[in-house]
Amino acid sequence: MNMMNRTSDIATETPGGYAGRQKVYPKLAHGTFRKLKWGVMIVTLGIYYLLPWLRWDRGPNLPDQAFLLDFANQRLFFGPIEIWAQELYYITGVLILSALGLFLVTAVAGRVWCGYACPQTVWTDLMITVERFWQGDRNARMRLDSSPWTFEKVWKKTGTHITWLLIGLATGGALVFYFRDAPTLARELVTGDAPAIAYAFMGIFAGTTYLLGGIAREQVCIYMCPWPRIQGAMFDRDSLLVTYRDWRGEPRGPHKKGQAWAGRGDCVDCTACVTVCPMGIDIRNGSQLECIQCALCIDACDDIMTKVGRPQGLIAYDTFRNVEAPSHEQRVPVRIIRPRTLAYTGLMLLVGGLMLTAWLNRAVLEVNVLHDRNPMFVQLSDGGLRNGYVVKLLNKEHDTRRVRLKLADLDGAQLQIVGFQEADPVIDIVPDNLRALKVFVTVPSALRDKLNGSSTPFRFEVIDATDGSILDHDATFRGPANE
Amino acid sequence: MTKREIDSVTGVETTGHVWDGDLKELNKPLPRWWLYVLYATIVWAVGYWIVYPAWPTLNDTYTKGMFDYSQRGEVSKEVTAGKAAQAKYFELIAATPVAEIEKNQELLPFVMAGGAAVFGDNCGPCHGKGGGGAVGYPNLNDDDWLWGGTADQIEHTIQYGIRSGHPETRDMAMPRFGLDGILKPAEIVDAAQFVLSLSGKSTDASAADRGKKIFADNCAACHGEDGKGNQDMGAPNLTDGIWLYGGKLENVEKTIETGRGGVMPYWTGRLDPVTIKMLAAYVHSLGGGK
Repeated sequence: MNMMNRTSDIATETPGGYAGRQKVYPKLAHGTFRKLKWGVMIVTLGIYYLLPWLRWDRGPNLPDQAFLLDFANQRLFFGPIEIWAQELYYITGVLILSALGLFLVTAVAGRVWCGYACPQTVWTDLMITVERFWQGDRNARMRLDSSPWTFEKVWKKTGTHITWLLIGLATGGALVFYFRDAPTLARELVTGDAPAIAYAFMGIFAGTTYLLGGIAREQVCIYMCPWPRIQGAMFDRDSLLVTYRDWRGEPRGPHKKGQAWAGRGDCVDCTACVTVCPMGIDIRNGSQLECIQCALCIDACDDIMTKVGRPQGLIAYDTFRNVEAPSHEQRVPVRIIRPRTLAYTGLMLLVGGLMLTAWLNRAVLEVNVLHDRNPMFVQLSDGGLRNGYVVKLLNKEHDTRRVRLKLADLDGAQLQIVGFQEADPVIDIVPDNLRALKVFVTVPSALRDKLNGSSTPFRFEVIDATDGSILDHDATFRGPANE
Repeated sequence: MTKREIDSVTGVETTGHVWDGDLKELNKPLPRWWLYVLYATIVWAVGYWIVYPAWPTLNDTYTKGMFDYSQRGEVSKEVTAGKAAQAKYFELIAATPVAEIEKNQELLPFVMAGGAAVFGDNCGPCHGKGGGGAVGYPNLNDDDWLWGGTADQIEHTIQYGIRSGHPETRDMAMPRFGLDGILKPAEIVDAAQFVLSLSGKSTDASAADRGKKIFADNCAACHGEDGKGNQDMGAPNLTDGIWLYGGKLENVEKTIETGRGGVMPYWTGRLDPVTIKMLAAYVHSLGGGK
């Protein structure tokens, strides 16, 4: 029977609104892409489990963990980079860059993210490897599942699930280290002194890793993940996708050794591509929502093609443009540089450039000036005019800043800071802190004529009392309109 | 069961529903565990009924749940915690003379924030949210005070109000020189011209000259010979640029004719003494405090 696809098969079995899952037993593939996937798995899991242990010296009173999301103190540390809660837009920028990067690689080579690097794929691959270790490869697993509950089946299944749970626990265990000094937390976890939330998150992530990676696997991609639904808009005729070259493969059919190849396709219908597929689909049915393009079917098919003495690449990364070409004498060249990829690259450069500019111009001392709204200005009994402001000084350094406040471009105006008796006081701003000062600016009666009507621009200067460097902020002095 | 129909293009069974004559839907069922998740959420919801307050009962109350939780209770816990956190500041305010509060760097931010909140609720309707005032309602930001601008004097004003009916209130008012027939209309114009001349704004020198004597006879008792006012009697300084009821000729004439006696309520008994003290320090800090 020529199965059209998996879901149709289930649909005919269950006329109700819901379908049972048909368990997938992926067979181990061998070849280039399998090796690549092992490599990606080792690197990504290595980063995930080890990154929190990397140290970074930031001096005293600061965490020495290179990668730390310090929610308690509202700081994010990434090596030399330190981001405050109010600067989370940098994270937004990173997310935008990630999304654009995803668009770009998808436009170039399809669902590379899904096939190689997505945590769901990596952990599922790991869980399948564990299953294979305990229960053997595809055929052995299928036999075991259909066999009655023997002692052998019980210990093999138990071993699999216990290993899955341990991996889940390690995953949750590694996650919490990102949020608290790793060596300290590791000690606390052992002695039972860790915060309850750490245990809770270990439990949650142990459970979800076990459930999503071990049990649910491909169903997460098919039913839960929104990304497959967006794919359609990301591919185009020039994207390199894992493709069954039907013009070469069809008509398919079993092939006996020594039989001629003329008049038939190269596909020997061995279903090697189907058995290795972690999503349980048949790539020969063409582009499908379920396909995560992990390219394991390419490995499986290349293996068979070598064995039957036909050229490799019956299943390969190829473009729609080439697949739909009227003649396959010559391959249609792959266009990686095209408007779509250029647009994504341009956008990434733009966002990256903006972020870099913002980062390089990031001030460690920020000044904000708020003008009083009620009253806008105060008429004094001697004929002078007074405006009130709140000057906010934000010290993002880890040392106390000592500054003086001065007026510029407002001749003869007097400055008074509420809470300070002396003139021209030195203002301390403690580390990592914001200090709001209520400030009065008075223009004496004699100088009112110099004002520019109802609105006179001037500047507040914040002068570092230690090194004399000046930071200024624009402000406006309000008064009655000229009569 | 009806006959199953297979779509000829995809080979997938259809649901049997037909729209617009020929539009059919492929049967692509969700996995069954999806349904089980729905059942699980229903069970979870039942858990809520047990753990949290949920159902009204016939005897006019409701099922209380396991931990006696209520949102009102949570709020009152937060309010209690907030009050406890404020307590040390209120104690410090109570122990600090009102004139010293502003000099205390620890108290100042609390007094500014707390004073602004209390001011906005209680004083803002007349004086404006920032104390900017309006015609008849003094601007509290300037340095011109009817009844004195020291922190102590401001506290007294807030406590007992002005012409508020409280026995301790500040009670002097300006007589109705016109309405009560004390001055004739022509004399009022002359007096007004003289008053304006005190700040150099008179428009008729001879009228102002005639008004000088009228002023000395009728006004100087409160406003002083030189017109600089008297804060003991709430008599404003007439020589500066600040006019509560307007500084134009017709405004001043109107003031002399009808008298003035704005009312401010007393707050003692309505606000507790510490809050009044905080409010006084806040108003003093607005910029005009003496």
